[in-house]
Parts: sequence; structure tokens; C-alpha cells
Amino acid sequence: MKINVTKVFLHILLAAFAIVQVYPLIFLLFFSLKDNNEIYSGNVMGVPHKLHWENYHNALFNANVGHYLVNSIFVTAVVIVVSGILACMVSYAIARMRVRGNNIVKTFFSIGLMIPLHAVLLPVFIMLRNLKMLDTYQAIIVPYIAFALPMAIFFMIGFFQTLPLELEESAFLDGCGIFRTFFTIILPLVKPALATISIFTFLSTWNEMMFAITFINSEKYRTLTVGIMQMVGQYTTDWGSMGAGLVVATLPTVIIYLLFSNQVQSGMVAGAVKG
Amino acid sequence: MQRILGNKKAYLVFVLPAFIIYVVMAFVPIMISGYYSVMEWDGIGDKVYTGISNYLELVKDEAFLLSARNSLILAVASIVGQLIPALFFALVLARNVKGEKVYRTIYFIPVLLSTVVIGQLFLKIYNPDYGALNAIIKCFGGKGADWLGDKRFVLAASFFPIIWQYIGYHMLILYTGIKSVPSEIYEAAQIDGATETQMAVHVTIPLIKNTMKVSLTFAVIGSLKLFDLIWVLTKGGPLHASEVPSTLMYTSIFTRMEYGMGSAMAVFIVVECLLFYFVIEKFFKVEAITY
Repeated sequence: MKINVTKVFLHILLAAFAIVQVYPLIFLLFFSLKDNNEIYSGNVMGVPHKLHWENYHNALFNANVGHYLVNSIFVTAVVIVVSGILACMVSYAIARMRVRGNNIVKTFFSIGLMIPLHAVLLPVFIMLRNLKMLDTYQAIIVPYIAFALPMAIFFMIGFFQTLPLELEESAFLDGCGIFRTFFTIILPLVKPALATISIFTFLSTWNEMMFAITFINSEKYRTLTVGIMQMVGQYTTDWGSMGAGLVVATLPTVIIYLLFSNQVQSGMVAGAVKG
Repeated sequence: MQRILGNKKAYLVFVLPAFIIYVVMAFVPIMISGYYSVMEWDGIGDKVYTGISNYLELVKDEAFLLSARNSLILAVASIVGQLIPALFFALVLARNVKGEKVYRTIYFIPVLLSTVVIGQLFLKIYNPDYGALNAIIKCFGGKGADWLGDKRFVLAASFFPIIWQYIGYHMLILYTGIKSVPSEIYEAAQIDGATETQMAVHVTIPLIKNTMKVSLTFAVIGSLKLFDLIWVLTKGGPLHASEVPSTLMYTSIFTRMEYGMGSAMAVFIVVECLLFYFVIEKFFKVEAITY
């Protein structure tokens, strides 16, 4: 009997914590569908009385969140693909090839795991300004790639070390060159690791704020993080449209999470343990 | 085989593209930050070499000292507020509770959200007139407060979301650590008549010290680097009450155009993070456990 009491108590605690973790999101979803009258007349937290879908129309088209969403998808996709391929190439070379200086290259990239973005913000800003590259897609894409690399490389090296050498050996014996072997035999094999690393890169790129608000200014290139920061001033009093914008910014992440929750979780833990 | 894998040209083709991007965007800028930090420079005129005077000014600057103190408070608050509940829930969930996967999935959701979204959301929750928090307090007959505008509350109010957001992350890290302990160890303890609590204290926790160290490092270094959330919520105000080193660095550079001072703060943050990293490594030296 005593055990049951503890069990019930534990479950209440687990459920209560689950509510604490998701309630703010539900609160967001609710107020994204309300109009100001409802909020100001006292229904801040509850279920909306009437669903104001026009908030979403307003956020997507009048406040341009739709455009920011497209920008974010574009920037994130380029960063994932480029950093993924580059990291594969580097980690293959580091894990497999026997060239002098290999260890130095490895250590060099591993230092990157310790560099916080703050430390390079001003120099990169000045560099971009001198190159007239501020306020372009490249202004954030290139630094994002650079900072995605160390983590991706470390994860991939670990993965390559678990792959048996035999496949490559037989390919080489058949006269297949190293590049062809890499692209036709190795790359298909590393897909699972690449998926994990892509999720990690996706989250850090999609949510990055410091570089984005500093290097991007004009409407045309704003990603969601910058766009929403700018939207705040204009829409401080329009809770519904602001909320709708926040929901749009969050939806892609939540969808990816619900589809691949196991991969996302293991990817994030791998990131922590390596980092 | 040896000839192919020892091919220097092929090695360069594989390594060089990433190497160049990384050197130009990450490695060289760090050096440049160090160089700027010993200059007096407004970004437009000439740089004047001033040696370590920026750093000397830094340790006398009240706003900066306050910001450093705040980030240390956050580090302690994170250890207490994140790691303890995270460890508790990880221990409970790892013991095959009903709904284990559902809880794990839910607890992790806040980790995925962008800080901008979380910040905006909490701005609405803390809103003095129509916010959810004051609505709850008024329900119970209280008066509510201007959480982010009041010097007495702003620190707690702006640290709460960050602590809340990452509990799930630490929980998952610790959970994964606990799951890697072989079940035979628990079976043996059970045969010896150990209760669940005894097993947690005497078996699990000593075995996952390494994972706990990872969590601890993350909580501390994450606190020292914090920027996004404070920037969205308060930009360090009111009157520096919620300032952290990185927000002060940002305003020094981009509002006050003190490039030299700002860079000195950037260098300070990096050195502080490295220092704490090595301190944690040293004080919590754990031998690798093999089963």
C-alpha cells in the first residue's frame, strides 16, 4: 500500500512538471488566436472565445513573417548542406588518411568547440563591413557554417572510427580513386550520422540571434529571429498578431521534433557530451 | 592502400575548404579581438595603443562588476534550479515509469524553442497590465508587480525563463547517463535489499559522476555566456540591474562605440569560460568507469 502512495505522488509530480514545461506554449497558442478586446477584458490565460485566424494572416503577410520564414528556411538549409558536406570531407581525411600534421589539424578544429560567438562578433562585423558584405545572406551563412563545423567534425570523426575499413580497401583494390570512393561508397554510409548532425546544426542556426541581429538589417534578408525582434516595436499592442508570428517561427522546429523526437534527443545529447 | 590514404593532395582537397572558412571566421577573429582589446578605438578614427588600460578600467567599472556578479548568481541559480530537479526527474524516469517516453519528450520541448520566442512569450507573461503572472496573483488576491521594470524583481524574473528552458536538457543528459549503467548492477543491489532511494544515492549517482560533470560544465559556462534572453527581455536594464557581461559588451560596442572596451569584455568572457572549464575539470576529476 505504501508503495502505491509513493507511485501516485510521483506521477502527480511528473504530470505537474510536464504542465509547467508546456503551459507557456499553450498560453502562446491561445493568445495568438485572441483579439485585444478579449485579452484586455480579462481573458489572458484561458481558451479563446472566438478564434481570430486573421491574426495569422496579419502576421504572415502584413508583418512579413512569411517572408522571414522563407529566409530562415533558405539560410538554414544552405548552412546544413554546406557544413555537412565540408565536415564529412574533413572528418574522413582526419579519421582515415595518414598524412603528417593530421593531429594538428584535428586539435585546431577542436579549439573551435570552445569559442563562444561573442569573442568574434566585432572582428567578424568589421570584416564583413570592409568587404561590403553586411546585410546580405552570406553575412550570416558563412559565419554559421564556420561555427557549425567543429561540432560536426567531432561527431563525424567518432562515427568514421566505427566504420570498418574493408569496404574502402576493396574499392581501392578495384582501382577506385579516393574521391570516387568517398562520394559513392562513404557518403551513403554516413547518412545516419549526417542526420544527427543536421538536426544539431538546424537548431543552432534556426535559433541563433546575436549574429543575425548584428549582421542583418534590411527587410529583404531578415531571418525569423531578426524579423521578430523588429516586429516587436510595431506590434507591441497587437498581442494576437505577435503571438501568431511567434507560433509560425516555432512551428517548423516543433514539427521536426515530433517527427524525429528520438534523433533530436540523441543528437542534442551527443552535442553536449562531445562539447 | 597506403599510397592512396597517404596522398597529400587528396588530403588538402578534403580539408582546405573547411579549414579556410574556419580560420577566417573563427580563429583569426579571436586573435583580432585580443588585439582590439589593447586599443582605444571608436571604430572610425585611428586606433591608439593603450596597453592593458582597458582591462584596468574594466575591473573598476561598476556596471561591469555588477554584470559579472549577475552572471555568477545565474551560474549558482542554474546549478541549484536546473541540476537538482533534472537529476530528480532523470532518476525517476530512468526507472521504467509508465509514460517514460511521453514525459521525456514533453520535458525536452522548451529546449528547442528559440530564445527570441521564449523572450517574447515571457514579456507577455510578465506584462504588468495584462500578463498571465499578474492575472494569477490577482486571482489569489495579490497585487502583482512590474516584474521587468522593478530593480528588485528584474534579475529573478529574467533568469527564470533560462533556468526553466534548460531543465529538460540536463534531464536528458543525465537520463542518458543513467540508462548506460548496466541493469545487472541494480539487480544485485535489489537482491541485497536496497530501496529505490538507497540505490539512487549509493549506486546510480556515484556511477554517473562523469555525466553530472558534463551537465555542470554546461550550466556554468552557459550562464557566463548568456546574451539572447536578457537582450530580448531587458537589454540589461533597468539601470544595469539585469546586466550580464555579454549584454554590456554589446552595448559598449554597438551603442557607445567603445570598440576597445567591448573587445576587452569579449576577451574577459572567453577567459572566464575557459577558467571555469578547467576548474570544473580539475575539481571534479573522475576516473573513467568501465563495466
